[in-house]
Amino acid sequence: MTRTLDARAILLFALVAVLFIGTGFVQSWNTSLTIFNMGLVSAIMALGVNMQWGYAGLFNVGVMGFVALGGLAAVLVSMPPVGEAWAAGGVQVLLGLVLGAATILFAILAWSRLPAGRMRTLAMPVILIGGFFIFRYVFDAGVASVEAVNPAATGYLGGLGLPVILAWPVGGLLAAGGAWIIGKTALGLRSDYLAIATLGIAEIIIAVLKNEDWLARGVKNVTGIPRPVPYEVDLQQADWFIDLAARIGASPVTFSSIFVKLCYASLFIVVLLILIWLSEKAWNSPWGRMMRAIRDNEVSASAMGKDVKARHLQVFVLGSAIIGMAGAMMTTLDSQLVPGTYQPLRFTFLVWVMVIVGGSGNNWGAVLGGFLIWWLWIQVEPLGALVMQGITAGMDPESWLRNHLLDAVAHMRLLTMGVILLLVLRFSPRGLIPER
Amino acid sequence: MDLLNALVTLLNFVIIPATAYGAQLALGALGVTLIYGILRFSNFAHGDTMAFGTMVVILCTWALQGAGITLGPLPTALLALPIGIAVTGLLVVGTDKMVYRFYRRQKAKPVIYVIASLGVMFILNGIVRFIIGVDDQRFADGERFIISAGTFRDMTGLEEGLAFRTSQGLTIVVALIAMALLFWFLNRTRTGKSMRAFSDNEDLALLSGINPERVVMITWLIVAALATTAGVLYGLDKSFKPFTYFQLLLPIFASAIVGGLGNPVGAILGGFLIAFSEVGVTYAFRKVVAYILPESMEPSGLLQLLSTDYKFAVSFGILLIVLLFKPTGIMKGKSV
Repeated sequence: MTRTLDARAILLFALVAVLFIGTGFVQSWNTSLTIFNMGLVSAIMALGVNMQWGYAGLFNVGVMGFVALGGLAAVLVSMPPVGEAWAAGGVQVLLGLVLGAATILFAILAWSRLPAGRMRTLAMPVILIGGFFIFRYVFDAGVASVEAVNPAATGYLGGLGLPVILAWPVGGLLAAGGAWIIGKTALGLRSDYLAIATLGIAEIIIAVLKNEDWLARGVKNVTGIPRPVPYEVDLQQADWFIDLAARIGASPVTFSSIFVKLCYASLFIVVLLILIWLSEKAWNSPWGRMMRAIRDNEVSASAMGKDVKARHLQVFVLGSAIIGMAGAMMTTLDSQLVPGTYQPLRFTFLVWVMVIVGGSGNNWGAVLGGFLIWWLWIQVEPLGALVMQGITAGMDPESWLRNHLLDAVAHMRLLTMGVILLLVLRFSPRGLIPER
Repeated sequence: MDLLNALVTLLNFVIIPATAYGAQLALGALGVTLIYGILRFSNFAHGDTMAFGTMVVILCTWALQGAGITLGPLPTALLALPIGIAVTGLLVVGTDKMVYRFYRRQKAKPVIYVIASLGVMFILNGIVRFIIGVDDQRFADGERFIISAGTFRDMTGLEEGLAFRTSQGLTIVVALIAMALLFWFLNRTRTGKSMRAFSDNEDLALLSGINPERVVMITWLIVAALATTAGVLYGLDKSFKPFTYFQLLLPIFASAIVGGLGNPVGAILGGFLIAFSEVGVTYAFRKVVAYILPESMEPSGLLQLLSTDYKFAVSFGILLIVLLFKPTGIMKGKSV
């Protein structure tokens, strides 16, 4: 892997490291590690987007949706099942879903098997509308009884009660499934259509998460998702930990929260390294060369007998799976699923800035972009506040403009990201670590 | 009588709101489709352009109201609209000069423009939030109703009231005027014809001496006018919130694609199609059906196909169906 990193890249990574270490000294190690952990997650998201955009030139603006699917996986895998809710209507909800899926399958079958003609035109609406009403009839009743079970604390089916780490691959699978459906319909058409289809599916996934209370409590949020790492409270009472803290010379309370963050960081680093290794392998393999050949000239690639649409679908599903995994990791890190926090600007477009700035078509570039842009995203606000205070220092403290400017600092980051994106796209379109 | 009541309910809750919403979507989709036809990319910054224009209009409206100038029964925002269009026009032409022109000279791939438009979207989003904040702003004034529910009941003696709000009437009238102007411009004037020629066949248009920079600038100006008008009408009808405008991107794109990207007539059709399906699918038809059917058959459920939270799913569903069966849209659009 040393071959893949040249001096410039190493220097850039060193610079980013300096940023994080500097944050540790100037602000606090806790802050620095918090940013670092989300930086790791962002880097993985950027790897996924890079796989779609850098390898294959696919334009996915539904990153948010796949991240949210990963988050949903964390809930479904790790939360304890709510037995009462299952007894009340769990089976009925599942049955409803199966009926819904069967309707769609049946409609697809009818469409492909029946000969074109009046018969088919008539059969399609009958199947779809009839199926929809049966689905709603079974499903709604089940949902109502599930949501009636102790709505303040549960009101949903719960999960499987398995270790949360399992949710990471499951999150990838869920996202892959979503991506397959979208890819099946929108790939093979012009590139903008994929963009708009993914934009739509992301909004719908968020709408489902917000409204389907039986699934993950909707806007009531699921909190207290089990952790893969120890809790601070337990650490502070463990003898070995108090010893360790004393030897380092830190207070057990501060050190415990740093220790927990380090645990998360090491887990995430392992995942990131595995993914980078796999991505680099894929990039340098015949498969990677084929993807680039398709990206650079679809016509000649298909003339060489490559199935462009199938390869696009493949890489789209793979990239989305990586994004979904990152989403599950993020929800694990937060220990909660809050559908209201999923904003396209933050989850879709920011990841795009990471990939473009870092260097599309270069896995290391995407990772670098993930760390750098995430750090900026967080730090622009305090920096902006400092600047604003400087600007407004001479103003009357009661003046309307001064207060308005100080309040508006929060929106500086959007502006900054837009400017960075446009500048990089214009003057260094290949990014900080360009494709080799 | 019951049939009339059912009809009035339907008008009140489905047809009138959907027509107004459809007109707003159509204006938005026209902007997207024009950019697509002339510059050949999907402009993701369109929703935020609408938000920017509306913000300028709101600020002007407040200034006018502060100075005591109003339009009587009509919203003051109409007076501020030309200013909003002018400022937004300056903004988009400036953006074009600073951002897009470079890629035009490079003959960059369409997707590069789209990414650049993402950057513009971020910046506009930031500017709008910076200036006016993220909260809901109401700026409608003047008479609220053309016909209010009470008046209508008194007039007709029907059980159901029909409320026709000024903003809805205004939307329909203004949208009609805007569309008429646009089609007159595209079909009758020399500049409009050169735009269509440019959209149909760029090389041929260049060969016959059409100045591409001029065509592009005029397109941006028209788009600014359409976007600002659409944004203001939407804001008057509902309310102004930057994030809602960003979210309008999806139904607007859906309208433009369903109608056929690059085809103005298609954009209008698509706008109304999306609006009517959205309102129709998310409306609870119980009351309407209750009037039509005899009492014994009165439905127990709400007769609502989808909850209003899933209105995006409607535009998306239609979009998928069109993509699957007719990728170029209802009216034949371009597909590069």
